[in-house]
Amino acid sequence: MTAKLTRALAAAGRLWLLALLVGAWELAARSAADDFFPPPSKIVKAMHEVWFSGPAGQAFLTDEAFDDFGPSLAHLFTGWAIASVAGVVLGLLIGRSAIAGAVLEPLLQFGRSIPPPTLIPFLIAVLELGTELQVTTIVYGVIWPVLLNTIDGVRSVDRLQLETAKVFGITGALRLRRVILPSAAPKIFAGLRVSLGFALILMVISELVGSTTGIGVRLTTAQQSFHMDQMWGGIVLLGVLGCLFNLVFHLVEHRVLAWHAGLRRNTG
Amino acid sequence: MLEINALTHSYGDHTVLSDMNLEVAEGELVSIVGPSGCGKSTLLRCIAGLIAPTGGKVVLNGTPVDGVPDDLAVVFQDYSRSLLPWLTVRDNVALPLKRRGGTRAERRASAEEALKSVGLADAGRKYPWQLSGGMQQRVSIARALAYRPSLLLMDEPFGSVDAQTREDLEDLVLQVHRDGGMTILLVTHDIDESVYLGDRVVVLGRNPGRIRAEIAVDLPAERDQIATRADADFVRLRAEVGKLVRGAVTSSPA
Repeated sequence: MTAKLTRALAAAGRLWLLALLVGAWELAARSAADDFFPPPSKIVKAMHEVWFSGPAGQAFLTDEAFDDFGPSLAHLFTGWAIASVAGVVLGLLIGRSAIAGAVLEPLLQFGRSIPPPTLIPFLIAVLELGTELQVTTIVYGVIWPVLLNTIDGVRSVDRLQLETAKVFGITGALRLRRVILPSAAPKIFAGLRVSLGFALILMVISELVGSTTGIGVRLTTAQQSFHMDQMWGGIVLLGVLGCLFNLVFHLVEHRVLAWHAGLRRNTG
Repeated sequence: MLEINALTHSYGDHTVLSDMNLEVAEGELVSIVGPSGCGKSTLLRCIAGLIAPTGGKVVLNGTPVDGVPDDLAVVFQDYSRSLLPWLTVRDNVALPLKRRGGTRAERRASAEEALKSVGLADAGRKYPWQLSGGMQQRVSIARALAYRPSLLLMDEPFGSVDAQTREDLEDLVLQVHRDGGMTILLVTHDIDESVYLGDRVVVLGRNPGRIRAEIAVDLPAERDQIATRADADFVRLRAEVGKLVRGAVTSSPA
């Protein structure tokens, strides 16, 4: 009860601070009257006009909203999904094999160290602008946290859990599904979460340089046509999206890994 | 049903077990007691097929052990790591039954039955980490029982629980042994426990680990924590085993 109350107060406290900061921003921007720094009210108005003034049948989203978000989010989630599945599968294979791990380790470290955006010029040269280019950029950029965390998680399965499985004839696919994967799940989820954040960043970067549609393109065109309020609207929207993804991810993780949280609470 | 012939195991130059010979009959409960470092756990792991001994052999029901036999179960000391924290208590008990076939409902029913027999009829839906240490070790025992092994190995199973719980669990083992007629090999460093539980006590010496003595426990099968421990025969046996174990600690065999 008190814990709940404390949490509610803390949340209210945070909101209160946020409101104060936005208010200060509003006042500062108005008194500065600089076109490059529109006040939040103008930014929100621009966001409303461009994206959220559609008909009720489209959940109040405008056609522009569909044009901007549709491709961007599709690329983001396609890339993230491909990277997640590939990262987990490869991670399981590499993590279970001491030889593969030892041989591939330096290569993986090198691959991870290449900043993904540096590949974009190369990808532009060999791929079509658009979906293929963007999804490839995202997949390459976000696979590393999933892959490396899966390898780590699979390697650090408790020896006694593996021996227990052996004694009780839990082998092969059953062992993978019921022992190794769940044991590695907390680390895999940590990797997936980092990847999701990277995916949003790479989505925007790839659109800024190699696309004709999407939120990133909206940012560029707004800037080029001196619609600073729209440009800021795009920035705010990306921030909101990032928070939203994080929140949803957190909720899913909380459900799937409820045992992990409980275990940690109980073992202090 | 279990024969250990000239079993030897070394880690590099270090010989842990030297020329062990032991036979265990069907339905017997044999305690293996010895000071730390006498190779008790290594012996148990060789029997379980978790490690391949460097010499000699283990024969279970006429078949030499090579890999983990499919009708053998182990109760490990560290229940908190041996139970899977992401599965409910019931699923922990039911998971090993998959290899035996049957439907999901049948496996669950067997699991519930085993849980009931260790006094945890209502804990099936909980997670292991929601239970006390003693209850978790009961779950481990239920998992082993549901598996219906011909040989049950227990590796210092009560080393991590408090004294009262320990006595309760000891009586549970006796009850399980009496009811099911299962062959049990129990490794312990507790002299009292080895006598209280065993039909026979095998004392190990160390450097290297070898069998120092085998003592038949001629106490009545029905045992009681208070009465048995006060019994003159029990006291005599305990002293005898204690002397052997202590001797095993101080002597350095040639």
